[in-house]
Amino acid sequence: MTGVPCGPPCPLPRSLTERPAWPTTAAWIAALIGLLSWPAIGAAGPPPEMDERMRACTACHGSEGIRIDEGYVPRIEGKPAGYLFNQLVHFREHRRTNATMNHLVEWMSDDYMAAIANWFADREPPYPDPAEPPRREALRERGEQLVRAGDADRDIPACQACHGERLAGVRPDTPGLIGLPEHYIAGQLGAWQVGRRQAAEPDCMATIVERLSERDVEAVAAWLASRPLPDNTRPAAGPATDLPMQCGSVERPSS
Amino acid sequence: MKRAVHRWLVPAVLLVGAVLVTALMTTGGGGELRSAAGESVGSTSADQVERGRYLARVGNCTGCHTAPGGKPLAGGLALETDFGTFRTPNITPDAGTGIGGWSQGAFREAMLRGQRADGAPLYPACPYPSFTHARAGDIDAIHAWIQSLDPVEHETRGHDLDFPYGIRGLLNIWQWALFEPDSLEKEEGRDEQWHRGRYLVEGLGHCSECHRDRGTFGAVREATDAPGGMIHGWYAPSLNSPEEAGLQQWSTAEAADFLRSGNGRDTAMVGPMAGVVFDSLQHLRADDARAMAAYLRKLPTAEIEASGYQARPSPETVKAMMERGETLYARDCADCHGDSGEGDAGVAALAGNRAVTMKNPANIVRMIRRGGFPASTPGNPYPHGMPPFQEYGDRDIAAVATYIRQSWGNDAPPVSTIGLAE
Ligand code: HEC
Ligand code: HEC
Repeated sequence: MTGVPCGPPCPLPRSLTERPAWPTTAAWIAALIGLLSWPAIGAAGPPPEMDERMRACTACHGSEGIRIDEGYVPRIEGKPAGYLFNQLVHFREHRRTNATMNHLVEWMSDDYMAAIANWFADREPPYPDPAEPPRREALRERGEQLVRAGDADRDIPACQACHGERLAGVRPDTPGLIGLPEHYIAGQLGAWQVGRRQAAEPDCMATIVERLSERDVEAVAAWLASRPLPDNTRPAAGPATDLPMQCGSVERPSS
Repeated sequence: MKRAVHRWLVPAVLLVGAVLVTALMTTGGGGELRSAAGESVGSTSADQVERGRYLARVGNCTGCHTAPGGKPLAGGLALETDFGTFRTPNITPDAGTGIGGWSQGAFREAMLRGQRADGAPLYPACPYPSFTHARAGDIDAIHAWIQSLDPVEHETRGHDLDFPYGIRGLLNIWQWALFEPDSLEKEEGRDEQWHRGRYLVEGLGHCSECHRDRGTFGAVREATDAPGGMIHGWYAPSLNSPEEAGLQQWSTAEAADFLRSGNGRDTAMVGPMAGVVFDSLQHLRADDARAMAAYLRKLPTAEIEASGYQARPSPETVKAMMERGETLYARDCADCHGDSGEGDAGVAALAGNRAVTMKNPANIVRMIRRGGFPASTPGNPYPHGMPPFQEYGDRDIAAVATYIRQSWGNDAPPVSTIGLAE
């Protein structure tokens, strides 16, 4: 059933429609007077008692992440709000597949999703400890190379070019890659490869994973999972500039 | 399920009846119906398109004619039934894969008489037995709205129906025996609001299509004591029983607000009904919501037949389930729902909650297993949600469900693990 809260022709959530290269005039003005909080929530302001309302979510999404039958439940606290909002929309529209998540957000408005995204983004419980680095040296090196420098021969940009030098993500739309276990990272890259996960077009992650071999996926996932946490785990201020390729889900000022 | 008994009886009867089809089809009845198709009447205006958009929301066309993640109205949603799997067709105005080629007259024939533009009968999986009550002008408005949309080219997979239901011709008999195109007659002693409510509820709103059980041949049962039907694994409770979903004991204002906001009297609509609220009811005009409420309140009440699996576990089994249920409840539920099932702000009370005590336990079982959020609507923008208890095995679910059905004054039959399998 459709999750679009209106009859067609229906405006897609903002994050999924084609973005103009330049933010709208209104957005610039808002930014100038320091009011650009994203995503914006309805005039009434954020709902009260979010911790009570979110118990259905925090039952699974703790700060440590847990494993359940259906897969791994990642930590979502502290991730950039725009990114979280986009994921909720993707789950509602079945561009990202997970039976539980698809079901829970099926009848949720954009407005509520924005409130939820902001609430989780603002929380900063400590991260779990990183995993042991992969034992095989070749794997370690390949992982580090892909994350730090990419692979020009195969047209793979460095992961950190988008995910930030500290790998803590870039506000508002690019997630960090820290504090995640190897199997989750590998699982998400695999989901992109088989089309179970899609982001807004042009879907840069889909293009990148196409160029990664199975071993590359294993290498980046293992290396990322073993990174010691940076002192500052907050996502870098955005919006991102100079991305090596265009990502439909990332808002950025055009140069 | 009891209908399984009829699995072979039905085909047999249908096949015998098939002889009749040919006779009927050649004696005129069908031909007459089709003659109206193809003619194009009137012209469309912006007003008409807007009215059509609203009426299509009342009828929730989008809810069924859109696949998960699919383009609105481009079809492809699977509907599991006792007869097999139906897949909703593309009803965008695409000429090849949608209904772009359908004239206004052809669209009327489909909606009011269940005839496709090519003259073939439609399966009553599309609720035309309800839509037939709609006024032609309203159907025309929906047609105008559909034709104003962008066409989407999308070939949907056909139905996968068990033998012999795949034979479309048999529907001629079905329609002849079980379907009567009609508009609703005026009822003496009822006011205009009641009539408007009946028009919306029984017509485009097609509430009975889910809230009433279906008989052997898949037609909605008319008896007021018929139980509700099953949809997507949920039980659509009867609107004729105040112990199920009946609104007879609500005020009109309360009931109208319930329809549009999705919550009221400390309970919220969940499961497929949350989808109906999200896609359809939250968009109701205030006067239409009141009219529907006024009509629903006046529906005759009845003692509903039991449905679903009726568990009869031994007293010892029930005692063991109650003990296990009490432990689980205290550990996992009481924090939100209260030590005595009294609920909390935004959290449903379980004591005295008819969704808990309804004879058919399908919904609480679904809710415990899958959790869920009510629809976010202007009247209830940030609902509280329930987490799924996926780690519960069947025995745990049966135990905790039995516990909440038999505590704090609740007095409903126990739930058994065998029932869960059903
Ligand atoms: C039963 C456990 C469970 C519950 C309850 C749950 N989630 Fe999830 N959630 C998951 C799993 C598993 C994933 C990972 C899915 C995947 O692998 O793609 C996930 C993924 C997510 C993601 C994407 C995370 C990322 O980094 O990409 C977001 C955002 C999210 N959930 C939000 C929520 C919200 C909001 C709620 C409450 C409405 C909620 N979840 C309730 C299990 C759950
Ligand atoms: C061109 C920019 C760009 C590059 C380069 C890039 N990413 Fe991403 N990545 C993104 C964006 C944007 C998202 C969020 C997509 C969405 O909205 O779903 C993302 C999401 C992810 C996620 C999902 C995170 C989660 O919590 O579920 C993973 C994992 C990931 N990227 C890994 C990588 C790896 C590994 C590399 C290097 C091989 C890489 N990315 C390179 C832009 C990029």
